[in-house]
Amino acid sequence: MSEGLIEVRVASVADVAPKIREFRFTPVAEALPPFSPGAHVVVEMPGAGKTYRNAYSLMSDPFNPENYGIAVRLQDESRGGSVFMHTQVKEGDVLRITPPANLFAPHWAAKKHILLAGGVGITPFMSYLPEMQRRGADYELHYLFRSEQTGAYRDELKKALGERFFSYDSDAGEKCDVRALLAQGAPGTHIYICGPESLIHAVKAEAEAMGVPAGFIHYEEFAAPKPGKPFTVKVASSGQEVAVSADDSMLEALEAAGVEVTNMCRGGVCGQCVTRVLEGTPEHRDDFLSAAEKSRNDCVMPCVSRAVTDSLTLDL
Amino acid sequence: MLRVAPTKLETFRDDFTYSNSREAIERFPFPFPEDEYSYSVNIEPHTLPGAAGSVNEHLFDIDEHYLSEMAERAQVLKENPKRCLAMPHMELACWDFIDRAMTTMAADYPDYFSLQKNGEQWHWQNKLLQLDDTFTFGDSSTLPCPPLEYMGRQVQGDIALLDQRDGDLFLDAGIVTCPADWSLAFDAGMSFKEWHGPVPMAHEMGVFERALKYLTAIPLGRPVRRLNWTLTVNARMDTSPETYPMWGVENRSVTAENVGEKVYLRVELQVLDRMARSNALMFSIRTYLISMNDLVTNKDWARRMHRVMKTLPEPLIEYKGLTHYHPLLVDWLAQYDPAN
Repeated sequence: MSEGLIEVRVASVADVAPKIREFRFTPVAEALPPFSPGAHVVVEMPGAGKTYRNAYSLMSDPFNPENYGIAVRLQDESRGGSVFMHTQVKEGDVLRITPPANLFAPHWAAKKHILLAGGVGITPFMSYLPEMQRRGADYELHYLFRSEQTGAYRDELKKALGERFFSYDSDAGEKCDVRALLAQGAPGTHIYICGPESLIHAVKAEAEAMGVPAGFIHYEEFAAPKPGKPFTVKVASSGQEVAVSADDSMLEALEAAGVEVTNMCRGGVCGQCVTRVLEGTPEHRDDFLSAAEKSRNDCVMPCVSRAVTDSLTLDL
Repeated sequence: MLRVAPTKLETFRDDFTYSNSREAIERFPFPFPEDEYSYSVNIEPHTLPGAAGSVNEHLFDIDEHYLSEMAERAQVLKENPKRCLAMPHMELACWDFIDRAMTTMAADYPDYFSLQKNGEQWHWQNKLLQLDDTFTFGDSSTLPCPPLEYMGRQVQGDIALLDQRDGDLFLDAGIVTCPADWSLAFDAGMSFKEWHGPVPMAHEMGVFERALKYLTAIPLGRPVRRLNWTLTVNARMDTSPETYPMWGVENRSVTAENVGEKVYLRVELQVLDRMARSNALMFSIRTYLISMNDLVTNKDWARRMHRVMKTLPEPLIEYKGLTHYHPLLVDWLAQYDPAN
């Protein structure tokens, strides 16, 4: 995991909404590489008893970034990552990040792009917008937030995007009519959603009911691994037994025990960590495996999923 | 150091004057790790720089055939401009390719290439092809021809740029003038599984699902490579479906007497490298040709070549187009295998 990490300095820390804090990173050594719209990095957070690793979308202009920006929402049920970022990270600190990777790139052949952001889900679109403007793409940004908690950057977005910007502050009683929004989409329109699970599901359900092909709907939600009951992972190749505590993910517990598992997003999206299950029943919490694959219970994504049984034997 | 012979142009057609120096033979990427043929995806990290002098040393390998291959490419493009295609949404990926190629080539071969960046104003010199160009990075109107063609005419090997969307890869741009019997114009726009459709046996093995999962996750700055191989009769670079009438008949020209000079092992060093701004994957296919006569100067290669050819499954013999001369080749190679 530490191979190829980039050291960055925290150049600035700013509160951009009541519960959202923005961090700007500058390089310690070589210039930061350009990246593609929608890319994310995984930030390593060396906590007291445990190292957290969370994926965050990059917000800078991707073409020639002078710095990498991320925005972190303080999670109500944080296992520690967002609390660490909000309370421990100060200007001048040095952190390690992965090189940018992308699971949420725009479909550039689309006739039109409708971007739907919920709360801190605005972040990947912050890197879409400069490239969309450069290409003269047809797009709209619909931004749903609660001004008492989120809603970062809405003033500057309104100013920069003008008629392409639509905002909905649910704390002010403003609602987004998703059906009407989808109905006005001309053929060839692609929809991008980033926000809470509830928003993604609502838009997907509406789109499905209206017959919008699945290939035109794109979404990204990094599900931070949620706590669950403790269990034991058995590593088939070595016979090693690794205890997974209530607050640790299976992936984190394996890494702490020195067992390497290929991974990228650490949030149930990319599918890199999928591992064969030899014994025991997994509790699937990912967004990668299909319903059929999940029902076979012969593989699991250790980044977010857990176990129904007291132990799980993995083909590692 | 560098084995560039900038004076004499060799040909890959008509009189076939292509030949390998002793050094080129020694650095040839012999592709068989075992005596028995076995199919594997065999992808490994392309850690740079690789072993000094080897074909893996640099991202773009420039060798003694540079001028000859660039002349051959120009000839193919003249005859058929559709060997270079880029869909409009791939323009940024083409510029990513220019950035990656110019930046690494100037650093890896400073005697031959130089790059100066002044903001978005770039100054590129290719002393081998005597080019000296200044342009605005990202602005295609400032180049003498479209960006992929411009840089593609300056690197050995074919280049495909794969757009990545919905966990799949699409062949949406490329410059392909030395393919092992595939057509860019035919495959353009296809998904990963579509363009691998004709490959026998591998589908049942789930090879493509695993490969796709791996490829879509290739991170920035961590390229991977694999070797692919086939056989070609005569040192012909352009074995494409478009020119099949030219070379298809040559498969029947192999005899027991001329195997050593007619049959070439054709090895592709395939490298996949993530493009920074577009998230596209660059797929470079660098082709190396070696005659059987030159190959058997290495006793280990000669013996192994015989054993691999002998155990090659029938569907692969057919897929690779070796049917006409495969038995002749196995018989000829047998003399180099002490087990026989």
